[in-house]
Amino acid sequence: MGAGVPLADVVLSVRGLTLRFAGVVAVSDLSFQVHAGELLGIIGPNGAGKTSVLNCINGFYRPQGGRIVYLGRDITRLPPHTRAYLGISRTFQNIALYPHMTVLQNILSGRLVHMRSSLLGCGVYWGLAQREVLQHRQRVEEVIDFLEIEAYRDHRVAELPYGIQKKVELGRALAMEPKLLLLDEPMAGMTVDEKADMARYILELREVHGLPMILIEHDMGVVMDLCDRILAMDYGRKIAEGAPQEIQNHPDVIRAYLGEEHGVAEEVAGGA
Amino acid sequence: MSAQTVLERPPVPSPEAVRESLLALDTFPKRLVHNAERFGDRVAFREKEFGIWREITWREYLDHVRACAGGLLALGMRRGDVVALIGDNRPELYYVAMAAQALGGVSCGMYQDTLADQLAELLDFADARFVFCEDQEQTDKVLSMEDRLGKVERVVVDDWRGMWRYRHPKLLRFSDLEAMGREYLRREPDRFLQEVAQGRGDDVAIFCLTSGTTSLPKLAMLSHRNLLAQGENFLAVEPHVTEKDEFVSFLPFAWIGEQMISFTLHQLVGFTVNFPEEPETAQRDLREIGPHFMFAPARIYEGIHSAVAVRMLDSGPLRRRVYEAALGVAGRVVDAEAAGKPVPGWLRLVWKLCAWTVYRPLLDKVGLARMRVAWNGGASLGPDYFRFFRGLGLNLKQIYGQTEVAGISCVHRDGQVRFWTMGAPIANTEIRITDRQEIITRSPSVFLGYYKNPEATREALRDGWLYSGDTGVLDPSGDIILFDRSGDIITLQDGTRVPPRVVEDMLKFTPYVQQAMVLADGRPYLAAILNIDFQNVGKWAEDRGIAYTSYMDLSQKPEVLDLLEELVRETNSRLQPGWRVRAFVSLYKEFHPDDDELTRTRKLRRRHILERYRDLVEAVYAGADRFQATVTVRYEDGRVATLHPVMHIRRLEGGP
Repeated sequence: MGAGVPLADVVLSVRGLTLRFAGVVAVSDLSFQVHAGELLGIIGPNGAGKTSVLNCINGFYRPQGGRIVYLGRDITRLPPHTRAYLGISRTFQNIALYPHMTVLQNILSGRLVHMRSSLLGCGVYWGLAQREVLQHRQRVEEVIDFLEIEAYRDHRVAELPYGIQKKVELGRALAMEPKLLLLDEPMAGMTVDEKADMARYILELREVHGLPMILIEHDMGVVMDLCDRILAMDYGRKIAEGAPQEIQNHPDVIRAYLGEEHGVAEEVAGGA
Repeated sequence: MSAQTVLERPPVPSPEAVRESLLALDTFPKRLVHNAERFGDRVAFREKEFGIWREITWREYLDHVRACAGGLLALGMRRGDVVALIGDNRPELYYVAMAAQALGGVSCGMYQDTLADQLAELLDFADARFVFCEDQEQTDKVLSMEDRLGKVERVVVDDWRGMWRYRHPKLLRFSDLEAMGREYLRREPDRFLQEVAQGRGDDVAIFCLTSGTTSLPKLAMLSHRNLLAQGENFLAVEPHVTEKDEFVSFLPFAWIGEQMISFTLHQLVGFTVNFPEEPETAQRDLREIGPHFMFAPARIYEGIHSAVAVRMLDSGPLRRRVYEAALGVAGRVVDAEAAGKPVPGWLRLVWKLCAWTVYRPLLDKVGLARMRVAWNGGASLGPDYFRFFRGLGLNLKQIYGQTEVAGISCVHRDGQVRFWTMGAPIANTEIRITDRQEIITRSPSVFLGYYKNPEATREALRDGWLYSGDTGVLDPSGDIILFDRSGDIITLQDGTRVPPRVVEDMLKFTPYVQQAMVLADGRPYLAAILNIDFQNVGKWAEDRGIAYTSYMDLSQKPEVLDLLEELVRETNSRLQPGWRVRAFVSLYKEFHPDDDELTRTRKLRRRHILERYRDLVEAVYAGADRFQATVTVRYEDGRVATLHPVMHIRRLEGGP
C-alpha cells in the first residue's frame, strides 16, 4: 500500500488524524483509506474512538492534527453542512430523527441538499418547484421501496418500533444520494431478523450501487461477514488493518478485546 | 433442426378461420382479445408502486400477454404445457397465466407460503415446465429443490431484487421474457392470434389446488368452459357487479375465489382490479380504493371485526357508549329481519340515523363504505359476525361451493339472507342431498377431474354429479344448510351431537381469540383448545402493565387465562347445557399451516390436531390441571431444539 500516494480509486484518505479533548487523546495519528465500492469496518472496544473518527470525517469535530482528503479535495476545515453537500452522509448511533414528523417527511429531509428552487419559486409552487417536488418524492419512494417500509410511510416516527426507526434513519441518509456513507452501529439493539435485513441492505448498496461505506459495528459476525477490510482501534490508535481473517487472528486485536495475552479469539471469531 | 421446426409447427389456419374462432369467446384469451378492443384505454389493472397507483389499460394488458406468450413460444412452450406461478398478486402473474392459456397451456397457482419441500412435490406432480416466481424468496425455494425438479425447464423471476449474484442457467428475468417475446412476434406477427384461435372451451385452463386428505396432491382440472359458465351463472343471480366497479385483489392467486373474480368475472364484466403495494399495506390500500364488492374467506371478516372491536375497546367511554348503543339497535333490526318479522318504523328510523352517525364512518375506516356486496366463501362465517356486519348495513352474504365446481354453487339472494344457511343454487345448477345427507352438485362448471389422481376423481365424480363430501339438509325455503365436513360432527359420551364450528365461532367472536378447536368425541363433556390473538392480547397485557416475552409466555399468564375463562363463561351462557365448554387450554403456539394444523386457507385440520396433541387431550380428560408438552422445534436455519412448555388446564363449573 503506497502510503500517502493517492490511488485513482481512493474516495477518502485520512492521514495522521489526531483529536484531543482537554488532554484526553480520542484519536491519535490515525491513517487509513476508503476505496471506491469498498466497505470498511471499524471495530474496537468501547471508547476506542470509533465514533470520533466518523465525527471528524463528517465535520462535527475539528481534529487538532491530520488531513482528511475526500475525492481529491482537502475537507479538514470545511463545516459539516458543506461536507453533506459534497456527498458525505451518515447515520447515528442514537437515532437522530425528527420524532414528530412522518417517515416520508423524515426521508424527504435528506433531499434538502438537492433542493434548487428559490424561496420565491417555492411560494409560487406551480411550475418549477412543483416539478422539483415530484422529482424528490420519486427519489424518496425509491428509498422507501428499497428499505421495504411502505407500510409505515405516513406513520409518525415516534410511534414506530426501534428497528423501523433505524431503517428510516438509513433511508434519510440514502435520500441524500451520498458518495460516501458512514454507518454508526446501524444494527445495535436489533433483533436477529432485523439485523439480517439490515445486512441485506448494506450488501445491496455495495453490490448493486457500489457505494463506499464505513461501518462501525459491535456484532463481530456481521462485521466479519460483510466488510471487505477492517480497521481495528484501541485507545484512539490503529492496532490492525486488513482482511477479516487477518483481523480475527491478529494478536493485538485479541488482546484489546480480551485484555489478556492468552485465550482464544472467541469473541472476535465467534459468530462469523 | 429446421426440418424438426417445420414438423412441430401446426398448419397455419386461414385468417377467416382465426377470426371466426376468436368470435366464439369460449376461452379467456379470446375474451381478453375481445375486451382489449371493447374497453381499449379503460383501466384493467391498477397497481400501487412507489406510493402511486399506476394504471394498466385493457390494451396494455393484452400487449403484455402477447409479449409473455411470445417469450414462452421462444422458450419452446407447447400446447398442454403447465406453467406454475408463485407470488403475491401482481399484474405480472396474470400476464403470464393468461399467456400460458393463450398458447393452449395450463396455469397453476401455488400458495406463496408453501414450504420449499411441499412446493417441490407439487411442481413435480403438476409436471410444470415453466415456473414464474415473484421474487427472490420464491426463487430460492425452487432452486433449493432443483434436484427434485428435473421437469422444470425455466424459472421466470419478476423482481430480481437481491439476486445480483444469481447466474443459474434456468433463471430468466420477466423483462427479458417479454423482450424475447416481442422479438419473436416481430418475426411471426400473426402467431399470437393463431394460437389463441386454436383454443377450445373444453381445454383445461387451470389446475387449482384443493386441500386433500389423501397422500396424492389434488389438482382440480378446470376448463375455460367450466370457469366461464360459473361466472355467467353467478352473475345471473347476483347482478351486483358493473364495469365501473373497483375490486382489490389481496387473497392468494392460487385460491379459486381469486381466480373466479380476477380472471373470470374480470373478463366477463370488465371492472378494475387493484393490487396492493405490499401484503402489509393491503388494509390501507383497500381503504384508498374503497372497493364495490369483495369475496373473501371467513378469516378476513373475522379479522376486520376484531380490528374494529379492539379499537373500540381502546377509545374513550363516550365513543364506546355510543358505539355499543348503535350496535344494539343494529342487532335488533337484523334479528327482526332474519326472523321475517316486520321492523317497527321508529326502529328503522333510529337505524338510519345510526347509519349516518356511526356505521358509515366506521365502515369507511376499514374501507368498506362503498361496498355494495361482500361474499363470504370457504368456511361459513359465524352468525355473530353476520349480525355484526349486516347490522352495520354491509350486504354480507354467504357463498357455498368447492374448487371442483369452479368456486360457487350457492349464494344468498338479496332480501333472503338467512345466515344459518348457505343460500340457494345459482343459475343452471342443481343441488341434491343424497340418502346419506351428502351434498351433490350438477352444473356446467363441474370439473374435469383431478390431475393424475383417477381414484380421487372416481370418488368425486359419479354420473356427472360432484360428490362434495359435505353433509347438509335443505331448509324449507330451498336454501342449503351445511353441516360440517362429514365426520366433523362430534358426539358426546351420552350421545349428544354437537357441531363444533358453532361453538368455535362463538368462542372466536372476540378480538382475543384467534383460533378455537372444540374436542369431545366420545367424551363426557366439551373441552376447547384456544389460540390467543398475539397482537390483541399482547396489547391488552401492555395496557395492564403485564410483562411478557413471547407468545408462549403470554399464552400462560394467569391474567390472560382469567380473561379467556371469562370469555368462555360468557359463551357458555349462550349455549344449551350439553354444548357448554367445561375445560380449556391456551395453547403455547398458534395453529399453523406449516405444521399441518391448518389448511393454506386457514381451516382447522381436526384430525391432524387431535393426533398431534393426543397427550394433551388425554390430560384434559384425565382431570389434570397442567400439562407439560415436549416440543421439537426446527428453526429456519435448520437448528433443532427441544422445549418443554407447561400449559394450564382451566376448568369451569359444571365440569367433573
